Amino acid sequence: MATQRPCPTRVGGERRGRRAHAAPALGAALVALLVAAAAAADAPAPAAETLEPLAPGVYVRRGVLEDWGAANGGRVANLGLVVGSRCAAVIDSGGTPGDGRAFRAAVERASPVPVCYVINTHAHPDHVLGNEAFEGGAQPPQFVGHARLPAALQKRGPFYLNALRRDFRGPDAEARIVPPTLIVEQRLELDLGERKLRLDAWPTAHTDADLTVLDEASGTLFLGDLLFVGHTPVVDGKLKGWLAALQQMRGWQVATAVPGHGAPQREWPGALDAEQGYLTRLQADTRRAIKDGWTLSKAVERIGPDRPDWKLLDVFHKRNVTAAYAELEWDD
Amino acid sequence: MDADSRSPSGTAPIGRRAALLLLGGLAAAPYARAQLKSGDDPEASPQWQKLRAALFQDRPISTQVADIIQLETPRRAEDAAVVPVAIRAQFAQSEQRSIQRLWLIVDNNPSPVSATFQYTLDSGRADIETRIRIDEYSFVRAVAETNDGRLWMAANFVKASGGCSAPPGKDPQAALASLGKIRLRVDGDVVLNQATLAQLMISHPNDSGLAMDQLTRQFTPRRYVRTVNVAYDGQPVLSADLDFSISENPNLRFYFLPRAPGRLTADVVDSNQVAWKSSLDVAPTA
Repeated sequence: MATQRPCPTRVGGERRGRRAHAAPALGAALVALLVAAAAAADAPAPAAETLEPLAPGVYVRRGVLEDWGAANGGRVANLGLVVGSRCAAVIDSGGTPGDGRAFRAAVERASPVPVCYVINTHAHPDHVLGNEAFEGGAQPPQFVGHARLPAALQKRGPFYLNALRRDFRGPDAEARIVPPTLIVEQRLELDLGERKLRLDAWPTAHTDADLTVLDEASGTLFLGDLLFVGHTPVVDGKLKGWLAALQQMRGWQVATAVPGHGAPQREWPGALDAEQGYLTRLQADTRRAIKDGWTLSKAVERIGPDRPDWKLLDVFHKRNVTAAYAELEWDD
Repeated sequence: MDADSRSPSGTAPIGRRAALLLLGGLAAAPYARAQLKSGDDPEASPQWQKLRAALFQDRPISTQVADIIQLETPRRAEDAAVVPVAIRAQFAQSEQRSIQRLWLIVDNNPSPVSATFQYTLDSGRADIETRIRIDEYSFVRAVAETNDGRLWMAANFVKASGGCSAPPGKDPQAALASLGKIRLRVDGDVVLNQATLAQLMISHPNDSGLAMDQLTRQFTPRRYVRTVNVAYDGQPVLSADLDFSISENPNLRFYFLPRAPGRLTADVVDSNQVAWKSSLDVAPTA
């Protein structure tokens, strides 16, 4: 029936954070779906990665502004690192196992303390398929995600792995889905030692499992794909939820906003303006199309984007109209 | 109650059910299927060869369909979960010439026969417009059976969408929360004896379910809309037999022929044998 597993009560702190009971079993089921992954030890040495410092102990690995694919090795998402006195957290892990290994190597160079949390901002492959590179070791990290992330990964994972096999070559063509071991129902604080991260789980917005990460010490907000900069936003959830989430975040104190794709921003809430403008216009245009009796195909054909400067309009704009139409036709 | 027995024409739509039984072994997880990258030859698809044998045996199928049906699909699935598809009859239904049944087939989906549609003279036109999931690069086919017993096929190759798009729904929890909400509507003026476009929207996750977890033995069962029967004043205009290849919140646009003021009714039954009904009074002008 429901794909959602029963929800635990809201968690308020790290110690009270629920270890997802189903997670080990889910993981086993997903493993069963796979061809054995290439062992990390057999993989070629990862290319040296550059981490860009944003604040003391806070770094970003910038992805390229391209669609997830073999041409860029899946290296398209921004990945974050926050270092505390006790341990470190990474925010998203990369778009392939190789991308994850390269990021891990860079993380180990930058951080004197081990990674204790691998946080996934949502289920898309460019953000989660590096997870396996962080598994194991003397002190294996917790994998942290939205309460709906396990279900989203279980449903979508096989298609992402299929796309890897279809489009990628070499060791990156095989991956494993690593589901969360610690889930966030609404809000969760993680203590890295003299540094706290605040994780917020959002109602359906960019996807149905979006999580933001705020480093309270530096005011750095990792938005995952709730924010795209210079890259066409991708609607794979609900426009209304997304706009509501952006509106809510406008009231927060943020010094640096790290988008899932594109350059980090120091203007807040100005960093949200361009994306909010695009999504608002998409919503208005699609509503008008539905009101005027346009079919889905006609709406997709005729509703144009207003941001010729953005990357990947050709890949994502029509898709966004499709998703907006399917959502908004149920209004009124 | 067997949903198929609700078919108002009295003829159970056995084609797809039989095919599903026969083709149980064909429905594999996506990664196991052949990964076609181009669509040069619709006949070369091994999935189609199996389906063809099961559904149509050795009956000839003409691909000279310009005067029969037109199949509209995008070349590339923008969103794998919601791909618009339309089959348009190239003539009005009449005693002399009509389309009795349409099959909508997606070769490389886990359940390739996405839908069958049965029409009558009261349909006016044997059109359908809906949205489907596209799991993988695949041919999408429309097969029509005309009243002379002949079969016709149009096929388009549709490329799968990019990496982060996947066929599962956007918000399955929300879809389940509003399960069974139905909208039946007719847009614009309705004119007596003119084929009239109607739309049926069904709030339903139309879920293929999850694979059994071997450790916990837990799984999410399939739940999808199985049959839709639309009638005008009790006379059938559309009988649809659907599957989980149809997108979340199934949406059908079709025609009916109002010969007098009357009531348009839609009966929907899902795979849990839960039934919903909607109706709309229609007052055509002369």
